[in-house]
Amino acid sequence: MSTPLYAVTADPLDLGALVSAVSCLIPDTSDVLPIVSPGAVTTFVGVVRNENRGRRVLRLEYEGYEPLALEAFERIGSEAAERWEARMGLHHRLGVLQIGEASVMIAASSAHRADAFAACRYAIERVKQIAPIWKHEFFEGGDVWIEGATADPDDDDARQYAYQRACA
Amino acid sequence: MRVNIRLFARLKDIVGTGEIERQVPEGATVRIVWDILTSEFPDLRDYEVSISTAVNAEYSRMEALVGNGDEVAFLPPVSGG
Repeated sequence: MSTPLYAVTADPLDLGALVSAVSCLIPDTSDVLPIVSPGAVTTFVGVVRNENRGRRVLRLEYEGYEPLALEAFERIGSEAAERWEARMGLHHRLGVLQIGEASVMIAASSAHRADAFAACRYAIERVKQIAPIWKHEFFEGGDVWIEGATADPDDDDARQYAYQRACA
Repeated sequence: MRVNIRLFARLKDIVGTGEIERQVPEGATVRIVWDILTSEFPDLRDYEVSISTAVNAEYSRMEALVGNGDEVAFLPPVSGG
């Protein structure tokens, strides 16, 4: 079975499968057909850290709105494809995650490394802005829902911010 | 008409469940659904300016109309990654 480019799952993430999914020559879902076969794949792996704002983190529980998260991932993939000749894979994990476990994996393939790096960085910034996913942090002495950005996919300032980070 | 309301993260904690059904007037907007909800659960008002909304799993605006049987979701600020 082929690995989907976009996924939200309770299962452990598999970077190798994601890299393969963005490396293949004939995209199964994307309407952005590569003219040149990929010459670079960059990846990002987000990992559960044992510290946050001075708190000793014990574990995280991720919650998500799955159908909307998949739609957000597709949107991020097409935004990246508009700016760079890149093909994106994006998998996010939900449920209970222990310290050191991967919560998110992104792979971006492109003909050349610069586009692949930029697209990958852009994608993680956009995930933090618009993916309907939440961290419930359990730390020594309590727990708290982490609240970051108000998700608005049409906010051009946010998109511009992600673009600037990607090209920094 | 009835709508199916989805709530996430702390909104879910405030309401005590992630999924509830409510009767709303014909021609209701997402805003009206939110107002019905906040009058029942006043603690939700903390999120008045920071929530995002979705109708049938697509991001929407507060002014969007909702229909019978629609799924209306209220999302606190996100923190994926």
